Amino acid sequence: MNTQIAKTGRILLVLLAFYGLSACSIEPWVKPYERDRLADPIMALDGDPVSTAYIQHVYEAREGARGGEGAAGGGCGCN
Amino acid sequence: MKLRRLLTVLPFFLALPASALGGVLPDDRGDVLYHRYEGGGVTIDGPSVLVRKKAGKSLSFVGNYYLDMVSSASIDVITTASPYTEERTQWSLGMDYLRGNTTMRVNYVSSVESDFDASTYAFSVSEDMFGDLTTLTLSYAYGEDIVGRSDDPGFRRENTRQHYGVSLTQILTRNLIATLNFETVTDEGFLNNPYRSVRYLDPGSARGFSFEPELYPETRTSNALGMRARYYLPYRAALEGEYRFYTDTWEIEGHTASLTYVHPWGPFTFEGKFRYHDQTGAAFFRDIFSRSEATNFRGRDKELSPLTSYTLRGKVSYEFIDPNKGWGIFKRGSLNFTLDHLIVEYDEFRDMTSGSLGEEALYELKANVYQIFVSFWY
Repeated sequence: MNTQIAKTGRILLVLLAFYGLSACSIEPWVKPYERDRLADPIMALDGDPVSTAYIQHVYEAREGARGGEGAAGGGCGCN
Repeated sequence: MKLRRLLTVLPFFLALPASALGGVLPDDRGDVLYHRYEGGGVTIDGPSVLVRKKAGKSLSFVGNYYLDMVSSASIDVITTASPYTEERTQWSLGMDYLRGNTTMRVNYVSSVESDFDASTYAFSVSEDMFGDLTTLTLSYAYGEDIVGRSDDPGFRRENTRQHYGVSLTQILTRNLIATLNFETVTDEGFLNNPYRSVRYLDPGSARGFSFEPELYPETRTSNALGMRARYYLPYRAALEGEYRFYTDTWEIEGHTASLTYVHPWGPFTFEGKFRYHDQTGAAFFRDIFSRSEATNFRGRDKELSPLTSYTLRGKVSYEFIDPNKGWGIFKRGSLNFTLDHLIVEYDEFRDMTSGSLGEEALYELKANVYQIFVSFWY
């Protein structure tokens, strides 16, 4: 398990370095005024957080896998 | 006697933020949801209520109340125990703090059952970068569980759980947004269900088998890598694809994929989704063991079996408050109905009620999951 945590730590360090790049200025290739479609509610990645959390809870109770889907719920009473 | 599955990630992920664009606080909203699960002899229903409200320009608070009312006569229960009813109550409170392009979040979740308590503390930080095209989120959460037994007041075991998450959300074009999530979860402690049994071949038994308590390893580490992309079609509709790869130290390996289509029509929005999940089984899972204490670790939890699941979803939403006009303090309001039909095919877990030993059919679960909810934005 320690090896696993160390590996995760290295990944986090690389991402932190990437995080530091935020100070650099990169010209955005999609301008703010071009984001009207992305702002449409039908493009929301998680438009209904309560519903998403609930259905993730159902999947976690019925399957052996967990996480990696960005948003999820939890709970038991699952048999 | 109660039976429950304790392997789920309890209220863990609820404490974590959904992938979203940072730099802006979430909209003020309220949701009231009724959920109902019916399938495999189990009915679970109850409400979920969420309220989110900004305080000034930098803070947003969120609270959620969630209840599961369980009535279970599942295949596991009817073959080794008695049907039962129980409740699980979950509360969560969270706060978002926005400073410049950085959003920090803290969250606390409490889940209480008669014989199982869980607490989770979560922290995350999101940063908008590169002209707000990119949002990077780092998250950490710590959870503690206390496991009891309803038939033994002296029984008390503990688990701890740590979660590390990285999420990257990227605007790729004016029509396409994508997100990448990596999550590692480590568990340590009493991870099996204190009520559950495995079965083993026993020539001395009339049925040819007997039962003994299951025994799981005391640690588990899982890694999940998920990616999702949503595309705005040439007409006003959206298509989303998602894939997740999962692996853990119990040797479960899973692939999950889904495709979603969203189509608005006047005040209505229709959504259709197909989801597919396939996994290998845990190394210590057996439908039946060759003898008593045949292996160091033993489990017959059907969720640890190799399995394939399919879900077909239909959803319809109706905007009863026009977002262009509003109504009083409300900017927008919607009524939503969702039906998910779930089929799980188990590759090794057998239905003991379907025949005598050697002639038992593989178990298959079919369930309907209903949600009806009202959302208000104010």
